Amino acid sequence: MNAAAPISACPGCAAAPAAGALAGAADPAGGIVLSLPTIHCAGCIATVERGLAATPGVASARVNLTLKRVSVAAGAGITPQALIERLAALGYEAHELDPGLLSMTETDRQGRELLMRLGVAGFAAMNVMLLSVAVWSGAADATRDLFHWISAAIALPTVAFAGVPFFRNAWAGLKAGRLGMDFPISLALVLASAISVYETAHSGTHAYFDAALMLCFFLLAGRYLDFRTRAVARSAAQELAALEVPRAVRLRGGAEETVALADLRPGDVVRVRPGGRIPVDGLVAAGASEVDRSLITGESLPAAAGPGTQVAAGEVNLTGPLDVTVTAAGADSSLHRMAELVANAESARTRYTSLADRAARAYSPLVHLMAAGAFVAWLQASGGDVRLAINIAAAVLIITCPCALGLAVPAVVTAASGRLYRAGLLIKDGTALERLAEVDCVVFDKTGTLTLGRPEAANLDALPREGLALAAGLAAASSHPLAQALAEGARRAGIAPTDVTDLREVPGSGVEGRWQGQRARLGRADWVGAIAGETTATYLRLGEAAPLAITFTDRLRPGAEAAVAALKAQGLSVHLLSGDVAPAVADLAARLGIDDWRAGVRPEEKAAAVQALAAAGHKVLMVGDGLNDTAALAAAHVSISPASALDAARVASDVVLLGRDMGPLGTMLGTARAARARIRENFAISAGYNLIAVPIALLGFATPLAAAIAMSASSITVTLNALRVR
Amino acid sequence: MEILGLLIPVSLFLGAVGLAAFIWSLRSRQYDDPEGDARRILRDDYDDKPAK
Repeated sequence: MNAAAPISACPGCAAAPAAGALAGAADPAGGIVLSLPTIHCAGCIATVERGLAATPGVASARVNLTLKRVSVAAGAGITPQALIERLAALGYEAHELDPGLLSMTETDRQGRELLMRLGVAGFAAMNVMLLSVAVWSGAADATRDLFHWISAAIALPTVAFAGVPFFRNAWAGLKAGRLGMDFPISLALVLASAISVYETAHSGTHAYFDAALMLCFFLLAGRYLDFRTRAVARSAAQELAALEVPRAVRLRGGAEETVALADLRPGDVVRVRPGGRIPVDGLVAAGASEVDRSLITGESLPAAAGPGTQVAAGEVNLTGPLDVTVTAAGADSSLHRMAELVANAESARTRYTSLADRAARAYSPLVHLMAAGAFVAWLQASGGDVRLAINIAAAVLIITCPCALGLAVPAVVTAASGRLYRAGLLIKDGTALERLAEVDCVVFDKTGTLTLGRPEAANLDALPREGLALAAGLAAASSHPLAQALAEGARRAGIAPTDVTDLREVPGSGVEGRWQGQRARLGRADWVGAIAGETTATYLRLGEAAPLAITFTDRLRPGAEAAVAALKAQGLSVHLLSGDVAPAVADLAARLGIDDWRAGVRPEEKAAAVQALAAAGHKVLMVGDGLNDTAALAAAHVSISPASALDAARVASDVVLLGRDMGPLGTMLGTARAARARIRENFAISAGYNLIAVPIALLGFATPLAAAIAMSASSITVTLNALRVR
Repeated sequence: MEILGLLIPVSLFLGAVGLAAFIWSLRSRQYDDPEGDARRILRDDYDDKPAK
């Protein structure tokens, strides 16, 4: 793509074919796309690109640092897994992205098209303004007419090209029988151009070419900002979704094959490795393991799974490999049915009317009424001078045109969501900021939200050191999360693990070994021979001695304490609703200082609790991550989920917490409230300008110079005010 | 005032050159990765071989 655009004196002509070619521009990306969350400098780019290019079979690799991604064009024999390993060897963390979900081409095309129109409008406005300044400073007669004609030659094609987004929307609105913001804008553009051509042809003094172009430029700038914010949010959200590549390992005739999730049929057998997420609903056919159901039910205690156990999509397999006979896959699985429920809840949710919509609703009829009124009044007053009346009506339309209004919201939203994004919060929906500002009540989920869903040994101090050393020795042989947490806790407490012989892991049960001639077991209560307690625990038994319980608590998410404290300090009421058992929830609520908590809450009860709060007049912010939270997330006024949440939960929420740290939640509401205040100030500013300018226009004193000053001054003030949010 | 006959075409021509440069930069995807391009300029690796 290096063909130079034809140089033409007419910007519209030069740009129009270019925009046409843009639409057909081929996308060079394709093949494999990897996410590289840790790259940050020129050295990283060079290392990654050179390292990948040196891999046999790779044709080319191109890093995009802005998106933190690399696109690789590779031969058929190259698997993403091999490239990820190659990058890991170079020291970079990489994740495969599903290119099918990254439909960036369409977004790119729209963005470039808007940018093109914005650029063309900007260049044309500058040139016409140059000529207009000459007219305003006193050019008269033939010179003025010449300048007006040149302005017309630049302005008319530019308005026709750059105004397309407004004309298109206005036409679509007209067909649907409503007048949006775009109709008065289109009317002002067309009327201003037409009047100016007429005036020029009759050697009139006033032409509004510069005003029409400036209008285009400022409004397109607002549109582009709005588009950028949404595109960034969408691409980040898509990236989160694309991280989960929908693949499964199918067993056929004893051999493993990797297939797309969509190709699975009921009756197929899939193998789920330890640490993997179960992709389908099904029955365990072979294997013994434990499954983590916290994302589905909120329980933090892993459940045993063996032949005949019913498992659901979204659960995580912990210890041994499981072969699962598919009973429902893809669109039939419980995960998908839940996602559909969420989609229904979303569409049923009473649509929030944004501040901008409310302003537009008041604005459009008012402007039309004023312009029409001015036309009629001046027609009467001047005794039938149609030219004068139309001139004044056009001046009213141009001056009231919502330059500041069009910039007021996008500029603030861009600045505020940029600030929150840097803090680690992705705002998926533009009105989420305004809704956040209204929140007075926060409902948290426990497992995976306030906690990381990762256990931490709780009672190490209360246990004999010798027993701990033995337990640590046994735990070292297992990759079970509890065993690893125990080993890490012992290491931190400075306890050296005992050497245990004949170590053997029994999937789904625990670890067994011999020490001092006795059998030592660490694992589930029933397997060890202990009585299970209520909290998460593993049990150690040496020979026939009394079993020793090692209890665990769920590790707190970093920043959770600070975030809850900050929210309470801001006067919000904080609630905790969990699907987990009461002791675990009570313990966490006490640690965080949350007085209002409920345990063992079922998904529909969560949603009902949120709806009850809403019915009591509260604006609820729901924070949750699991399938059991999705209905509540959709029912809340505004909702947040961490990036580790299930896809369905992220889709249902308005804001995604990108990092592990929950700290940003504390400052988020402040930013949202500041943004809402700036938006309101911006409306006040543009209303103030109109209050001064409109009477002048109505009285017929408006000149193109006055219109230009009012328009640019209000737009610039509004933008500067918006930047205060950053 | 005859100088206008020269100055107006000159200013229009310069404006058109600026616009053409903008359109070229847009079409050659120079706004796709602003952050990466800002860093790449710091290394010699890309000197004789700009972005493909």
